[in-house]
Amino acid sequence: MAAHGDKARALCGGTDLIIQMRAGVRRPEYVVDLKNIAALRQISFSMQHGLRLGAAVPAIEIHENADMRRYYPGLTEAAHLIGSLQIQSRASVGGNLCNGSPAADTIPALIAVAAKARVIGPQGERLVPVEEFCTAPGRTVLQPDEILIEFQIPTPAPHSSDAYQRFIPRNEMDIAVVGVGAAITLDPADDRCVAARIALGAVGPTPIFAREAAAALVGKRLDEASIDNAARAATAASSPIDDMRGTAEFRRHVVGVLTRRVVKLAAERARVAQSR
Amino acid sequence: MAAATDERNFKVIGTRPIRHDGVDKVTGRARYGADYAFPDMLHGKMLRSPYAHARIKSIKVDKALALPGVKAVVTSADFPELPDKMEAAGEAPVNLAHLSENLMARDKVLYDGHAIAAVAATSPHIAEEAVKLIEVEYEVLPPAMTVEDAMKPGAPIINPKLRNKEEGDKPTNVAAHIQFKRGAVEAGFKEADFIVEREFRTAMVHQGYLEPHNAVAIYNADGKSTIYTSTQGSFAVRALASAVAGVPETSLKVVPAEIGGGFGGKLTIYLDPIALVLSKKTGHPVKMVMSRADVLRATGPTSGSTIRCKMGCTRDGKLTAAEIWMAYEAGAYPGSPVGAGAMTIIAPYNIPNMIIDAYDVVVNRPKTAAYRAPGATNAAMASETIIDELAEKCGIDPIEFRLKNAVKEGDPQTAGPPYKRIGFIETLEAIKNSPHYKSKLEGPNRGRGVASGFWFNVGMNSSAVVNLNADATASLVIGSVDVGGTRAAQAMVAAEVLGIKAEDVRPSVADTDTIGYTDMTGGSRTAVTTGAAVFMAAEDAVRQLKERAAKRWEVKPEEVAYQDGVLSCGDKRMTIKEMAAQFARTGGPISGRASINLRSVGPSFATVCVDVEVDTDTGKVKILRATCAQDVGKALHPSYVEGQMQGGTAQGIGWALNEEYVYDDRGNLRNFGLLDYRMPTCLDLPQIETIIVEVPAPGHPIGSRGVGEVNIVPPPAAVANAIARATGVRMTELPMSPPRLLKALLKKRGSADTQVAAAGR
Repeated sequence: MAAHGDKARALCGGTDLIIQMRAGVRRPEYVVDLKNIAALRQISFSMQHGLRLGAAVPAIEIHENADMRRYYPGLTEAAHLIGSLQIQSRASVGGNLCNGSPAADTIPALIAVAAKARVIGPQGERLVPVEEFCTAPGRTVLQPDEILIEFQIPTPAPHSSDAYQRFIPRNEMDIAVVGVGAAITLDPADDRCVAARIALGAVGPTPIFAREAAAALVGKRLDEASIDNAARAATAASSPIDDMRGTAEFRRHVVGVLTRRVVKLAAERARVAQSR
Repeated sequence: MAAATDERNFKVIGTRPIRHDGVDKVTGRARYGADYAFPDMLHGKMLRSPYAHARIKSIKVDKALALPGVKAVVTSADFPELPDKMEAAGEAPVNLAHLSENLMARDKVLYDGHAIAAVAATSPHIAEEAVKLIEVEYEVLPPAMTVEDAMKPGAPIINPKLRNKEEGDKPTNVAAHIQFKRGAVEAGFKEADFIVEREFRTAMVHQGYLEPHNAVAIYNADGKSTIYTSTQGSFAVRALASAVAGVPETSLKVVPAEIGGGFGGKLTIYLDPIALVLSKKTGHPVKMVMSRADVLRATGPTSGSTIRCKMGCTRDGKLTAAEIWMAYEAGAYPGSPVGAGAMTIIAPYNIPNMIIDAYDVVVNRPKTAAYRAPGATNAAMASETIIDELAEKCGIDPIEFRLKNAVKEGDPQTAGPPYKRIGFIETLEAIKNSPHYKSKLEGPNRGRGVASGFWFNVGMNSSAVVNLNADATASLVIGSVDVGGTRAAQAMVAAEVLGIKAEDVRPSVADTDTIGYTDMTGGSRTAVTTGAAVFMAAEDAVRQLKERAAKRWEVKPEEVAYQDGVLSCGDKRMTIKEMAAQFARTGGPISGRASINLRSVGPSFATVCVDVEVDTDTGKVKILRATCAQDVGKALHPSYVEGQMQGGTAQGIGWALNEEYVYDDRGNLRNFGLLDYRMPTCLDLPQIETIIVEVPAPGHPIGSRGVGEVNIVPPPAAVANAIARATGVRMTELPMSPPRLLKALLKKRGSADTQVAAAGR
């Protein structure tokens, strides 16, 4: 990658890159296959260190991992929504992020669980919060000689959980028209929200970290009023366009609908999550 | 579930043997068009227009020809100019100039994706690179994308030569105006207690066959040529491709490959003559295969439409009058199915007073092709939702309302002549008595909708040959491409007549040099007409068996009986097996043949019931349950009949919910892939229930009616009616996609604020 710079493109599952090359959207002279590098294929979780998720781990392995399902159900369901089972056997979360699509399912889910991307290149290593990773449709902070190694995700606090939902016109094999991820931490004593992170997909040029939406919940009980405020703030944070997948008006509306649904779902999960 | 009304004692017909072509298909051995390859074969690729409407000022191909590996480039200059008038070519009159220009643009490009030039090279990749080296200078013109755009005064004129009878010598985009009238419409509306009038729009949609178009052409030095291709009609390809390529029709042999779906879209041609001319120019076999983007941009679709429909009825539910205005997008060249739309829109009902005005309008979109009951689905979306609304106003059950007005034998068709025996009422009663319709639908935002549909079906020409083998098995040779299981059905017809097992008949779909003229697999005609030809060919073989027995027994042939594979006369008996084994000693091989023209066929009706649940926060519709009841006359192989009913219903649900061509302001197609051209997947549909209704068609040896098409007609209206009953919102635009339905739901909720404040809980 360092030798060929702009002319090279990293490949993991290839579920985006190969299609883009066929369509002539990307025309790299070199394709560097990363998916067999062992360090990029590991999932490890511990209560002390949290989760380290290799950039090239196929989505299907995430869904099959008991720790992932238990501690990061929202991120797990996002990975499980990508394409079909066949596609999930190749597609990776790292590739989903590096492709830089605003509609990527895993990015709002990664932002919700405060994931950081560990990037390595000739100049050394850096950790980039996922909400800062994408810069424009198809563009990221990765330099031509850098690659994404893994995600580092903190251990969920006690009484917290996450959720991700997307809206698609069909039931499968589709691309998000709107996606919303949320992570919620509750105070078991009075059911107040003590921490929240909400992120939106497919409603702006990059995935959106909707800080104001989360702020509308923190310190409040999650009742209709507070959740409505969060939904309204999420809608305000979105900047969708009209395209063949949905009108801007439709998307703004559905951001509110999904924010409401996802916050409720994450909160329900947080209530039953064991004290950790 | 079969509601059999036929009392004849068939032994093979009506059973469900394993299809003869099944093993080849599930093991991957079946050969589809793109599987054919020959030594020294070249690969052809097409340059397509990036503009919806433009004049071609120049085409320079030097750079493409200079690329190593490129063997030839062809443009319209390599094809003969053909007469700009309707001419008999193959099965139906065709304007050959339009056909030729659609396949290779001459002076103008008329839609995004219009073919301009083709390259043959030693690899598909080189051909693709060469296509990019062709330089075309365009004068970009404003496009007319909808019937409204194209019909308004001052609209861009798409085909300067186009005229219609009413506008004299004025250039126009209206290719034809068709009118049907009956009774006194104004008086009819005066009798009505309730009148509903609405304007509908239906989107341009694609047939969505799995297999893209393909062709392999081999032009020989002796002037003879062969095309291997995916088509619904090999004789149509022979007629049309030879005309466009400028070779004698019968110098061309067309070999129909196994076909991966057509739905009407493979009745016409695209690549065949291009590959042939490239082969002629290079002396090599040339293969062309479309990408999915090519398929969506430049083949198929069926018309989008605008329909204004007004209908009235009395308080007790008798329809009194209908007034209908309909305009269909023909695409870049005339020939939308608006005439069929007009003749089907109220065909299921007795309406004493009616007027229908139908307009065929050219627009800067791909030339439309046939698609399963062409024109009827658009039309039924309008009429069947109005009928539902009238039933609701009368407080009458929608099936009862239809029963009060349903056509039966002797009632006039839209074009005038009376119906023969038909089974519309029987389909309504089948739904009325179905477990589905009798079940309770409970829960919020759920609704049940019903709609019906009519389709003519066609007869036309078919040939069949039945060769009896010495072991009393038979080979069956037919010219009908097998799209939906017709090979198995026809083997069953031969087996029925011969008194042998279906498995003992080996059916083959033959090329144009091997079997007598046979029209396309389309118009729901194959099981019916080719089935009748097979019936008669097998009877011809039985006649020969009887003659031989009569000679041996020294009796008259008419004294010999034949039943279940046994020849008999008095106490003399001989099995088909014994007779077949002795063919060489009794007069030579036994070969039955028939070539027929079937003029009159039984039309089909279907009624579909759909349950939906609407997510009122997002406008997404879930199909909970769907049942299709269809009059099929007599089901030859019930599994494949049910498959047709399920397939048509599934496609109709696709029209209803998400399928549409999306063009931008400049006339470029935005969704030229299957991610954004959203056909339903198996996860979007329930198991579709089927009720086979059998009202035998008069004049057919088995009583069969066409089964392939009518099932697509009712579903969009049935879904719209279900949505109306679930939410109170009457949808008038297809598809009823989430953004459209949500907008209508929010409007009904009376909220100007479409943001979160108005959102559902």
